[in-house]
Amino acid sequence: MDFTIFLIQILNSLQYGLLLFLVASGLTLVFGIMGIINLAHGSFYMIGAYLAFALTSLTGNLMLAIVLGLPLAFIFGALLEWLLFAHLYKRDHLEQVLLTYGLILIFEELRSLAIGDDVHGVNIPALFSASIPLSDTLSYPVYRLLISAVCIALAVGLWWLMQRTRLGMMIRAGSHDRDMVQALGIDINLLYRTVFALGVALAALAGMLAAPISSVYPGMGGSVLIISFVIVVIGGIGSVWGALIAALLIGFADTFGKVLVPEFAGLAVYLVMAIVLLWRPEGILKKG
Amino acid sequence: MAEADLQIRGTASAAPAAQGDVLLVADKLTRRFGGLAANQDVCLSLERGMLHALLGPNGAGKSTCINMLSGDLPPSEGRILLRGQDVTRLSAAQRSKIGIGRSYQRTNIFPGFTVLENCRLAAQSRNPRPWKIFTDALGLTDTLERARAAIVEAGLAGREQRIAGTMSHGEQRQLEIAMVLATDAEVLLLDEPLAGMGSEESAQMVELLKRLKQNRAILLVEHDMDAVFAVADTITVMVNGVVLESGPPEQIRNSADVQTAYLGDGHV
Amino acid sequence: MNPRIALVLKLAALVGLIVFPSFGSSFYTEMVAKMLILGIFAMSLDLLVGFTGLVSLGHAAYFGIAAYTVALLTPKYDPANFWIALPAAVLAAAAAAFVIGLFVLRTKGIYFIMVTLAFAQMVYFIFHDTALGGGSDGIYVNFKPDATIAGWQPFNLDEPLQLYYFVVAALVAVFVFLTLVLRSPFGKVLVGIRSNEHRMQSLGYATFRYKLAAFTLAGGLAGVAGFLYAVLFGFVTPEYLSWHQSGNVLMMVILGGMGNLAGAVIGAFAFIGLQEMFADWTKHWQLLMGGVIVAAVLFMPGGLSALPGRVLKKLNQESKHG
Repeated sequence: MDFTIFLIQILNSLQYGLLLFLVASGLTLVFGIMGIINLAHGSFYMIGAYLAFALTSLTGNLMLAIVLGLPLAFIFGALLEWLLFAHLYKRDHLEQVLLTYGLILIFEELRSLAIGDDVHGVNIPALFSASIPLSDTLSYPVYRLLISAVCIALAVGLWWLMQRTRLGMMIRAGSHDRDMVQALGIDINLLYRTVFALGVALAALAGMLAAPISSVYPGMGGSVLIISFVIVVIGGIGSVWGALIAALLIGFADTFGKVLVPEFAGLAVYLVMAIVLLWRPEGILKKG
Repeated sequence: MAEADLQIRGTASAAPAAQGDVLLVADKLTRRFGGLAANQDVCLSLERGMLHALLGPNGAGKSTCINMLSGDLPPSEGRILLRGQDVTRLSAAQRSKIGIGRSYQRTNIFPGFTVLENCRLAAQSRNPRPWKIFTDALGLTDTLERARAAIVEAGLAGREQRIAGTMSHGEQRQLEIAMVLATDAEVLLLDEPLAGMGSEESAQMVELLKRLKQNRAILLVEHDMDAVFAVADTITVMVNGVVLESGPPEQIRNSADVQTAYLGDGHV
Repeated sequence: MNPRIALVLKLAALVGLIVFPSFGSSFYTEMVAKMLILGIFAMSLDLLVGFTGLVSLGHAAYFGIAAYTVALLTPKYDPANFWIALPAAVLAAAAAAFVIGLFVLRTKGIYFIMVTLAFAQMVYFIFHDTALGGGSDGIYVNFKPDATIAGWQPFNLDEPLQLYYFVVAALVAVFVFLTLVLRSPFGKVLVGIRSNEHRMQSLGYATFRYKLAAFTLAGGLAGVAGFLYAVLFGFVTPEYLSWHQSGNVLMMVILGGMGNLAGAVIGAFAFIGLQEMFADWTKHWQLLMGGVIVAAVLFMPGGLSALPGRVLKKLNQESKHG
């Protein structure tokens, strides 16, 4: 492999991995803190992508669409938590699986009713549509670099939120000891609602950012969901940093899998998971 | 493999062969959690016909010790010998198979099953052919008899068909013991069997313990001093993960160290 | 329910199934055959979910592997030998379950759910991405397996009616088999694991082996269903092992009430019945299905088979109050 191609693949791996991290971080937080398994998490990614498509069609600009779409996703998440998920905390995992499975069907059909089943492209904003030439024939799109930059900024922001803010302190305390959080006089319902909505917003943002690259299509939530599960399993349930490491690992495995063994590209991710499971059944960074 | 063999034989010959009735030996057991040693060089020995009580304030490491002996927790260092054989590396299930049975501090039964089925499952674990998939489990008369005998021995006669989870706390504690008995365990590790019991139930349990120890070796972790001094042949007192003193009840009763340790902790 | 009444109801249901083709059209006979096959599939999953306490979200993998085994064993212009195809399909499914079980059974709870799903997805990609089984287009089973031995043909699966009765017989066989397994010492161990795995270990059971055996057995029985499904429809696609299929069969088990073999079959009937009904009404039937699932979880703990008991209880309460 030529060095330039190699470099491009590395950049692609990083970009894909970081994007997956956005989806998986919300998933792992919701697992870790509320003990909820949410199959519908992939739908939030799909909803984000379709929001990006719809709002870009309306406003003519993806950036504007994201600015508008993010609060919408956050509010949607909070509403969903209030309506449905708040009733699931005391239920067993099986019921959580089923209810969220039912939600996937509902979201997919609502999407089909609202927008239809066609594949749609989303334009990259003119500002970022350029490419950086790497050699005579190869170049790298600025927009992909932008995605990576945004994701890195968000990862740092998430770190700051978790380590440096009162909300982060509550989240960390909550994932260790629910009783203690309540004893501290923290409104646990509000905390849960915020965390859930945050997770929805992050997944939706990932969908919005990915929309121009992958275009928007039916069923796009499903594959992201399962990859995110793999990331959460590899990283260790509830561990945001485990999710980051695992997401990058998967980003590299998938990207290089496609280049090196295209026939079995879909399997690379699962092979990584199998190996990690043999090595550490509870993930790389297991949460006490 | 050959090395492991040698090791087992080595320990077997090193074990005190003269004391034929020593069943279980804990040899310098240490367990660390992070930097903290929950148990440090704990030595115990359990003899057939004897009840060995483990005393100590909360957090002294009694549960850690019993968990290491039963195989629920691997020790960081030290060895566990059953009849002279090194069993340190065996799982909880394997230890149960060779005669180490335990009960739990927090009642640990099959709450939805009848008393009989709780004990039948326990007894069935001794069935030489548990994999037969076309025999009726309830047709294994041997297993059923063992379960029934254990129920009677633990004082639950007549309550075979009760759903375990609906019984009183004291009855559930008895069931815990019945289940261990149904596995034909020779070494009983009993973690606070009297916890939460009323005085009458406690008295019954003490009588039961006296009967049980006749042909078994028992380790009893217990907070109830009266009960411990009523049944124990040997008492070991632990404080902060180490053995403070070990000896016959009289010695422990009169020990200045034990007094200080307990009084210092607010216990009497 | 009184066991005698339950037995009478089961026998009545069986008689109903036997006489059904005389009344229903061939369209409905095929639909009932489909329901029965999915009933076998649901029973095999119930062994894990309802009896052993293992919530597998990847059970479609074993169903699909068996279906693909039939497809791959069927020559282009000839039928496969039934006596080879069925055992091969079941063994392939069981073997896959055994190998995957070695991995997934190392995990518990939420992890188990996610990892079973992930491994099933891996199997999905094997068939979806490679040319092995016709890729994403799927593969035809042009001829139904032939059961002729030494010139004698005990049954002919090409005959829709005979195929239907073969499916009924398979359902009865799997039901009886699982009933026997569940009353055996092995079955009691599984139920014990569901109730309290830790205690089972301290009683001397190496629970991992039992769970692996249950997982393998359930995979093999899912394979029976997969075999029949491929034979019935003559066509196999990667969708057979998609995670939607896994979700649907889990839903059947829950609809029918976990830990109840007959309930699993009822769940399959209810699920497919609803699906067909909704699909008649609208192209967007999944919306209704999703609504039913969400409502079932929120308002109907215990599933359909618990419904009569709950209704009776409610009536009792009301008559007491009134």
